[in-house]
Amino acid sequence: MNLILFLIRKLTETELWKSVFRHGYTDTPRNRALQTISNVWLHLHPVKVPKHAVKIRYTWCLGGLTFFIFLYLTVTGVLLMFYYVPDVNRAYADMIDLMYVVPLGRLLRTSHRWAGHAMVITVCFHMLRVFLTGSYKAPRQFNWVLGVLLLVLTFLLSFTGYLLPWDQLGYWAIMVGTNMGAATPVMGYQGPFADLLGVKINNDVRFALLGGTQIDAPSLLRAYVWHCIGIPIISGALMILHFWRVRKDGGISGPL
Amino acid sequence: MSNHAEAQVANNKKTEKVFSWPNLVAKEFIAAILCTVILLVYSYYVDAPLRELANPGEPENPAKAPWYFLGLQEILVYFDPWIAGVIVPSIILVGLMAIPYIDVNPKGNGGYCFRDRRFAITVFLFGFIFWYALIVVGTYMRGPFWSFFWPWETWSFDFPTPPPSVSLPNWLGIPALLIYFGLGMLVPAVAFWKFAKQLGFIRYNITMMLLLLMLGMLIKMALRLMFNVKYVLQTPWFNI
Repeated sequence: MNLILFLIRKLTETELWKSVFRHGYTDTPRNRALQTISNVWLHLHPVKVPKHAVKIRYTWCLGGLTFFIFLYLTVTGVLLMFYYVPDVNRAYADMIDLMYVVPLGRLLRTSHRWAGHAMVITVCFHMLRVFLTGSYKAPRQFNWVLGVLLLVLTFLLSFTGYLLPWDQLGYWAIMVGTNMGAATPVMGYQGPFADLLGVKINNDVRFALLGGTQIDAPSLLRAYVWHCIGIPIISGALMILHFWRVRKDGGISGPL
Repeated sequence: MSNHAEAQVANNKKTEKVFSWPNLVAKEFIAAILCTVILLVYSYYVDAPLRELANPGEPENPAKAPWYFLGLQEILVYFDPWIAGVIVPSIILVGLMAIPYIDVNPKGNGGYCFRDRRFAITVFLFGFIFWYALIVVGTYMRGPFWSFFWPWETWSFDFPTPPPSVSLPNWLGIPALLIYFGLGMLVPAVAFWKFAKQLGFIRYNITMMLLLLMLGMLIKMALRLMFNVKYVLQTPWFNI
């Protein structure tokens, strides 16, 4: 035991160790502050937070959980991209491979899917929490608007992922969804005032979503690119703003 | 202790701060671990759905959107697609984004408190529950051809004859809409004059319009369910 402690002490005193880990666990106020501000990941946090803010019953961890699930989805999503090709002739076979052949593929795909649903749920309840605590009130009005945009992007992320397995469930769900797009006033070919702009089945908003007049190879590619690249980049940018504004608008809300 | 000292103590207590390391970081870490464990355990036991290969020639019946959009698909029963699929979600989103700018009540910032914000919380919770109630109906109670089934009933594929629906003639529908929105805007302004004055003219109108639209949806649904009313307003371009 003493030997182990001795070795640990020797190790943590080396130049190499100290060059990587700047601060130990010395329990001093200065060191606690340094732990937060000199760590690139932790410095999202302020050094000190109001005592009520660390109560689970105040935030229910919902915003943090939403972000964490987003990270979880990013990691599992990247791994899934190694095995999945968005080609109508391959996509479904790749899903079957993931379920039966790829080591841990079933867990990977299944947990990615459930995590997607979980993120929709946590983001909705995060919104409810923020509303019920009145946290959108001045000076945090704009951050609520950003939050609503992130809610929409979460829906869209989940929705674009729905088509990717190229199974009956996803295909017909996207059919229902994009047919609603066809009913957009002015911009959808089945919507009111469609002839105002000369909108037809081959140039309306549904056509832009699907890359064609029906769900086919271009639609799958579009769903894939939006799902894996487009929307995550936009969401990431808005998340940066959202978190930044939490700090800049006076930190977490609390009793005035 | 004097009053001043008491206030001082209360003030200090309110702004009492703790170090993020470890008070906050430790909780975040535990939450993340628990979340991962729950996800993995659940995923281990419950497989994600995967049906047969997509087949454009063989429609699913019922074909359902992802669950979070089923509220919108459910109101397709009561409204035309351009309303259910486009106008309603757009108004919901714009309305949500407008909330911080139309709610000028400074009370209740930073804590759970119903008493100070009765109107705001009631309306928001109503909308929130309405959205999820529709999702529950769309998910569990809609079978083939989007017919209604209680959760304990078995789905049958017989196409049920839809009840004959009637549309309100415009001479009835237009005045009804005018009365609904006109009185809906005027009566609260008179009855709750203090509330309306506090909001100001523009905020009051936006707030009431959003509220009336939400309640109007419910009323249209009730008209359909009770009297089989198809439209309340018909024009050559669109029907509502």
